[in-house]
Amino acid sequence: MKLRRLAISIRDSAALRFWPLAVAVIALVAFPHVGGSFYVDLVQTTMILSIFALSLELLVGSTGLVSFGHAAFFGIAAYATTLLSPSASAPSLAWLLPAVLGMAGLAAAVIGAFCLRTRGIYFIMVTLAFAQMTYFVFHDMKFAGGSDGRYLYAKPLLAVDGTTLLDLGNPRTFYYATLGCLVAVYALLALIARSRFGHALAGIRANEQRMRAAGFSTYAYKLAAFTLAGVLAGVAGFLHAVKDGFVNPEILAWHQSGAVLLMLILGGIGTLRGPVLGAFVFVLMKELFQSEALFGAFARHWQLPLGLAIIACVALMPNGVVALPTQLRRMRAPLPHAG
Amino acid sequence: MRKSNGCRVFGRRQPWRALVVPPSMDFTVFLVQCLNAVQYGLLLFLVASGLTLIFGILGVINLAHGSFYMLGAYLAYALAPLVAAYSGGGFFAALGIGIVLSVAFGYVLEWAFVSYLYEREHLQQVLMTYGLILVFEELRSIALGDDVHGVAIPRWLSGSVPLGSVMTYPVYRLFMSGVCVAVALGLYAVVTRTRIGMAIRAGASNREMVQSLGIDIRVLYRIVFAAGVALAVFAGMIAAPVTSVYPGMGNQVLIVSFVVVVIGGIGSIRGALLASLVVGFVDTFGNVFIPQIAGILVYVLMAVILLWRPEGLFRTG
Amino acid sequence: MKQRRNVLAATLVAGALCVAAAGAHAQSKIKVGLMLPYTGTYAALGTAIENGFRLYVQEQGGTLGGREIEYFKVDDESEPSKAVDNMNKLIKRDNVDVVVGTVHSGVVMAMAKVAKDTNTLLVIPNAGAEAVTGPMCAPNIFRSSFSNWQPGFAMGKVAGERGAKKVVAITWKYAAGDESVEGFKEGLRASGGEVVKDLTLPFPNVEFQALLTDIAATKPDAVYAFFAGGGAVKFVKDYAAAGLNKTIPLYGPGFLTDGTLEAQGASAQGMLTTLHYADGLDVAKDKLFRADYKKAYKATPDVYAVQGYDAAQMLGAGLVVVKGDVSKRSDLVAAMEKARIDSPRGSFTLSKAHNPVQDIYLRKVVGTENRFEGVAVKGLADPARGCNMK
Repeated sequence: MKLRRLAISIRDSAALRFWPLAVAVIALVAFPHVGGSFYVDLVQTTMILSIFALSLELLVGSTGLVSFGHAAFFGIAAYATTLLSPSASAPSLAWLLPAVLGMAGLAAAVIGAFCLRTRGIYFIMVTLAFAQMTYFVFHDMKFAGGSDGRYLYAKPLLAVDGTTLLDLGNPRTFYYATLGCLVAVYALLALIARSRFGHALAGIRANEQRMRAAGFSTYAYKLAAFTLAGVLAGVAGFLHAVKDGFVNPEILAWHQSGAVLLMLILGGIGTLRGPVLGAFVFVLMKELFQSEALFGAFARHWQLPLGLAIIACVALMPNGVVALPTQLRRMRAPLPHAG
Repeated sequence: MRKSNGCRVFGRRQPWRALVVPPSMDFTVFLVQCLNAVQYGLLLFLVASGLTLIFGILGVINLAHGSFYMLGAYLAYALAPLVAAYSGGGFFAALGIGIVLSVAFGYVLEWAFVSYLYEREHLQQVLMTYGLILVFEELRSIALGDDVHGVAIPRWLSGSVPLGSVMTYPVYRLFMSGVCVAVALGLYAVVTRTRIGMAIRAGASNREMVQSLGIDIRVLYRIVFAAGVALAVFAGMIAAPVTSVYPGMGNQVLIVSFVVVVIGGIGSIRGALLASLVVGFVDTFGNVFIPQIAGILVYVLMAVILLWRPEGLFRTG
Repeated sequence: MKQRRNVLAATLVAGALCVAAAGAHAQSKIKVGLMLPYTGTYAALGTAIENGFRLYVQEQGGTLGGREIEYFKVDDESEPSKAVDNMNKLIKRDNVDVVVGTVHSGVVMAMAKVAKDTNTLLVIPNAGAEAVTGPMCAPNIFRSSFSNWQPGFAMGKVAGERGAKKVVAITWKYAAGDESVEGFKEGLRASGGEVVKDLTLPFPNVEFQALLTDIAATKPDAVYAFFAGGGAVKFVKDYAAAGLNKTIPLYGPGFLTDGTLEAQGASAQGMLTTLHYADGLDVAKDKLFRADYKKAYKATPDVYAVQGYDAAQMLGAGLVVVKGDVSKRSDLVAAMEKARIDSPRGSFTLSKAHNPVQDIYLRKVVGTENRFEGVAVKGLADPARGCNMK
């Protein structure tokens, strides 16, 4: 009897809720030691995309603002990294990262100030328009290297008094730095969700008029969320620039904004696990369909099964992978119940 | 465009010309650029009018609209040899067949896929139609390949009209503009003068009422969608000889069409016409005077208009 | 019940990682990674290059340096944004020994960066980006084609000799376009001419109408245009449709008319271009090559097929010396550097920066051929500015 009660209390305890997350983090930490270099690269890319997706989750999931132009901040940060870095020596992380994030945040604040004056479908279109504007700025103007893109000649490092603490040029170090950023962003968003700010955003998503009647200046809250989302997208952009050593205007294209929205919906909007899962699922699907081992010559038409999979996933799993068990259970036993 | 005391043209002072023609530009060149702008704007109108109908009346954001344009161009390329072989007919026969095929295709697509989008949120519609873009691109790639192709202009349209001493203007582009104007008039006539048009306008404002009047709204929606598809496919077909047929040609047209629809007001054909012409002029003259930022001008225009009139120039009821 | 959801989530991620953790192994065939455009405006060029490459290998009995070749293909779609990922697929996933590619200059710059960082052997069968045999030059990077400067410079000389003083240049705004125009300007300067206007449009945009009007308004002596593939087809046709070809001669590097004449038809007739290859060359190897190519692929070869063929020749020349042992990198590179390639274009050697030193021919469009008219510049080497190798 006592044993049963102990087991129940362990099962229900708060600490246990974190163990799947812990398993995931441990798996990611251990992966570079077991995986081939191509797959480690892939996981790294996925982690960067997860950070990008998490930043959008703050807007779409928490505040109910569907932005179709989030790639703009990702791209601005990536380009800023290459533009601010000197071509001869390795830049210092101590000033580069804050500068890059600052620029992404500033851009988000300015663009948000304009976009947030509109609502609904018009908001979606205006965010798209501003993203296209930034795309053309980097694509057409000479300072940005045009359609060929720009290089990052040396990867940044963090040094104090001549001793290097963190050299992002080292692939292992960079992998763990990326993982660290992912965990930090996840934790930050989890904290926000529990804070007063997060609750205000949730209220705005549910019923903005009521929040305004209650005395909240919703515009300010939305702008703050938009700016923060821009800064977090900037983290992903910075990591992307350092990983490839090369940036290109296509990272600002509307396809990229669409892809990150897709990751959100695949994983499940409204949770923090959703964007991360969505990023993994999206990258895995792409790799799967492009795999010549499985599809042979047809692999070059990988966008066809991908498009069909996207349609199927959005149609059948509108709440994402995260909600799959609940959905399956509801399908098996359709009882009228209080969700 | 500075207000000077008139530029000297043909030896006489023409003050009004100074306001209209930039001092650094020859009048014939200006005329040609205007013709270019109008032609581009009218072509954009064909695509945007379909999009605004689908968006405004069906309430569906259809990202795959650019794909219909691309399919139209590839259809023109694919049909040309077939039509020539079987009936000896030419360009117009291919156009006719293309219209029929696209109406049928639109009808089936609405029934099979789009009708499931009505009840869904915008985000889901966006993503599902995004998946559709990928599907169409690959189907086209499998069926017709990925090469860039040209489509021949019918001989009687392939001449050029001389303008001034050096320049000529292709007759085919004038033909394109003419056809677009005819389609615009036809659209106006159908929407304002026919019973179907009346039903469409009613369905846009109040769906339930229309249904209770005995009109099957589902069939109506199917017709509207098929019309939208046909407009985009037709635009692709007539544009093919001028723009060439290449993969990805739908992408740019899609984004600009959305800009046009939003500027003009969702659901308003009048708005789409005005907005397409404005965009045509901004884009053409932007490319001539300030090519570095020409790409962003259209979006700046959209942002400015939305901030002034948050629901576009002509709101529909 | 949230537990179950979390468990599913965690197992999905862990499972995915486990599945992905399989790696590739080494084999006894030489792995050649072909990174070419198989889709997009340059698709025909990519196919021609691969055909040329495979033809040479076939002629050697399916081996180079005594070892069989295993091909790995990646479609780069002429997208610089995907270049790094595509290179990593070949280098890290498929573990290729040498990468051959590509057509687009922007893509090749990213490829060269990755090749330099990972010390992978790279043979470039087309893209003429000067950076690759300039500031980014490296012992492991070779080119069997040209640098964008070469045909441009030759055309500038020819245009100047034909009395062009005021020229308008028009091209796509990317590395290849800019460099080609710069080469043309240098060649033109020698005879006192100059480029009065530099018109550009973004790659691969083909809305030329407004720019053609601008050209007509400027009334130059000649126009120099750099376009390739589908864009070249359209430009030449539009130029003729605007009536400009009757009064203002259109010059360009051979890419404007190579592989495109069937589509361009009457609009290209009589055009003069410069390139390191032409139809009707009096080179024995060319006649053999054309016959073999026609038999194998039922098509007429173009400059891209020749470049692919020569890339294989270059690689083969090195592999023969090291007897197929790719790990003897410095010997392999030394052998490739010293090779004299018996190409269908005429034989050529490599400069210190690993770019071909070759004759640039003047060609005229007659029917569906770019007929050889004469030699525009003999033994032209790319200046390789910024390369500090050896």
